[in-house]
Amino acid sequence: MLEIKNLHASVDNKEILKGINLVVKPGEVHAIMGPNGAGKSTLASVVAGKDEFEVTKGEVLLDGQDLADDAPEERAHKGIFLSFQYPIEIPGVTVTNFMKTAINESRKARGQEDMPANEMLKMIKEKAELLEIDRKFLSRSLNEGFSGGEKKRNEIFQMAMLEPKVAILDETDSGLDIDALRIVAAGVNKLRSKDNAVVVITHYQRLLDYIIPDFVHVLYDGKIVKSGDASLALELEEKGYDWIKQEMAL
Amino acid sequence: MAYTEEELKKELETKEYEYGFYTDIESDTFPIGLSEEIVVAISKKKEEPEWMTQWRLDAYRSWLEMEEPEWANVHYTKPDFQAISYYSAPNKKPKYDSIDEVDPELLDTFKRLGISLDEQKMLAGVAVDIVMDSVSVATTFKKTLGEKGIIFCSISEAIREHPELVKKYIGSVVPQKDNYYAALNSAVFSDGSFCYIPKGVRCPMELSTYFRINQAGTGQFERTLVIADEGSYVSYLEGCTAPSRDENQLHAAVVELVALDRAEIKYSTVQNWFPGDKQGKGGVYNFVTKRGICENHAKISWTQVETGSAVTWKYPSCVLKGDHSIGEFYSIAVTNNFQQADTGTKMIHLGKNTRSTIISKGISAGKSQNSYRGLVQVGPRAENARNFSQCDSLLMGDQCGAHTFPYIEVNKTAQIEHEATTSKIGEDQIFYCNQRGIPTEKAIALIVNGFSKEVLNKLPMEFAVEAQKLLEISLEGSVG
Repeated sequence: MLEIKNLHASVDNKEILKGINLVVKPGEVHAIMGPNGAGKSTLASVVAGKDEFEVTKGEVLLDGQDLADDAPEERAHKGIFLSFQYPIEIPGVTVTNFMKTAINESRKARGQEDMPANEMLKMIKEKAELLEIDRKFLSRSLNEGFSGGEKKRNEIFQMAMLEPKVAILDETDSGLDIDALRIVAAGVNKLRSKDNAVVVITHYQRLLDYIIPDFVHVLYDGKIVKSGDASLALELEEKGYDWIKQEMAL
Repeated sequence: MAYTEEELKKELETKEYEYGFYTDIESDTFPIGLSEEIVVAISKKKEEPEWMTQWRLDAYRSWLEMEEPEWANVHYTKPDFQAISYYSAPNKKPKYDSIDEVDPELLDTFKRLGISLDEQKMLAGVAVDIVMDSVSVATTFKKTLGEKGIIFCSISEAIREHPELVKKYIGSVVPQKDNYYAALNSAVFSDGSFCYIPKGVRCPMELSTYFRINQAGTGQFERTLVIADEGSYVSYLEGCTAPSRDENQLHAAVVELVALDRAEIKYSTVQNWFPGDKQGKGGVYNFVTKRGICENHAKISWTQVETGSAVTWKYPSCVLKGDHSIGEFYSIAVTNNFQQADTGTKMIHLGKNTRSTIISKGISAGKSQNSYRGLVQVGPRAENARNFSQCDSLLMGDQCGAHTFPYIEVNKTAQIEHEATTSKIGEDQIFYCNQRGIPTEKAIALIVNGFSKEVLNKLPMEFAVEAQKLLEISLEGSVG
């Protein structure tokens, strides 16, 4: 589904990603772990198409199609979703209005009519219930004055609404207390299916107690230096990132 | 008021209504320049009574003594007042014979604003057959107003038909010598609207629906007078979201509102005059004086969405003369490319327990300059006056400017709150929207609409939808 081949990317001529290879198949959950500055968030941004990063080599494929020439919104239309580490505030724009616009823009890109209002309301209601989101929350301004937990839950709500093929969750656990973490993880688990895939980017193991990955990759200095199953995350937690450093003789 | 569809149809075709006179004027053109003779000639042309001619002359003489104001934060080449023709006869001949001759860019904008084909033709100056539908709507409209005793006509007609009202109130809020442009307007005003709501009458409709068409060719020196008698209510809509490509560079309008005891006037404006091209060439200079006076328990609300004009100088104000009176100002001013706007309000608290609210939203893009200038003045007898002001600026790109000039003069019992914020549409906000599948142009529209929401919500529904689209179009291509 998502295939990353020998991906190199730089910002301001400084190379951050130094040859990433990753294959994500439908129904899988991959975790990408690594110390600060390893390039985890950069990888997420590059896949989403943020233009401050320059791809110098390699490619990102979705269903075999190269995304290089696609603008961020086109990638979104094709099914890439990024849950932001720091969701952005848009004052005066309600969560509902934002979602309505996003869904209808995607439909437009696919040559479909706007979603009828009653269908939209029904979908909003279903997804809000699925994620245990208070309906009042949906008429608040997007991320404005939201707590950390509310922001992250709102990201997952958007994921539920947009039904992406590949969802990348960038540090979704950061800034969450254990209850919020549990709610967010439960939401993600409910949205998993055999047709979509999730890439969880995290510094710590704890989120992976709730979202069990099929594969764990360790990102270090712009490269994936080690891959394994869920036990790798536990091992990392126990031994710390220095262990990887020694192990790999980096 | 007897009025048939036939008559209205004729009126719309000839546009006599708008200009309010019936002589054959097609061949009339006044020489350029301004003098007492010209002022008298304008008055004569409009068959005005002697007192009106004298009133204009007084204004003209004051104007001669005055100087063009310099204090606004705008820069432009001063108009040459002797190079303007102060009386341009309305052109009966349509500019185009077919809509195919009209600038396609203009038509595209009309289409996106959702303006009907017939209205498009009207606005672009294409010869048009009056659609029976709109005629009957307009006739019903006139009839309903007539039954309630509401007078709604051109100011020229009002001068002839209702001289006692005009004489009593014209210049009572904006005196002839109020300021340079108001004096000029008083001397040479071409036409405008007049509205009187009798005691205790609630005007049953927004005064505009039909006039949107008729107002397409507003004069260069427009004069509006709205009088709401005791306990009455009126909502008045001015302007049009459609772009007006007026060849007149200078516009100096005067609007006077009189809200008598317990009356309420809601005055909404959408202004979209030609702002000049992307290089900053051309465009309308819009120097407007708008002011309302509130008697006891009266209320005046100004709501404006300003997207057009190269230079705007405009401060819709409220004189809160009566006790317990209320003044409100809600404004969105958008500047793009090389536009300059210096706009805001004055709230003059004279009566006891008077309240005012100011919400100003400035959006600057391109290389434009957007200034808010507001005065909150509380007189010594205005006990317990309250004001709340909020001025928010939104910047797009790094070559535009937003400025805030609040002036506050108060007494000891006044409660004044002032809040101001400046924000920038960031790349992060845009990327966030993009990632959700929303393209950049749409993302900007969304962010701008969110920013302007408090003011957009104050507009009558139909107008609000149009204004929203207008904001979107005005800011196109301003980022990225």
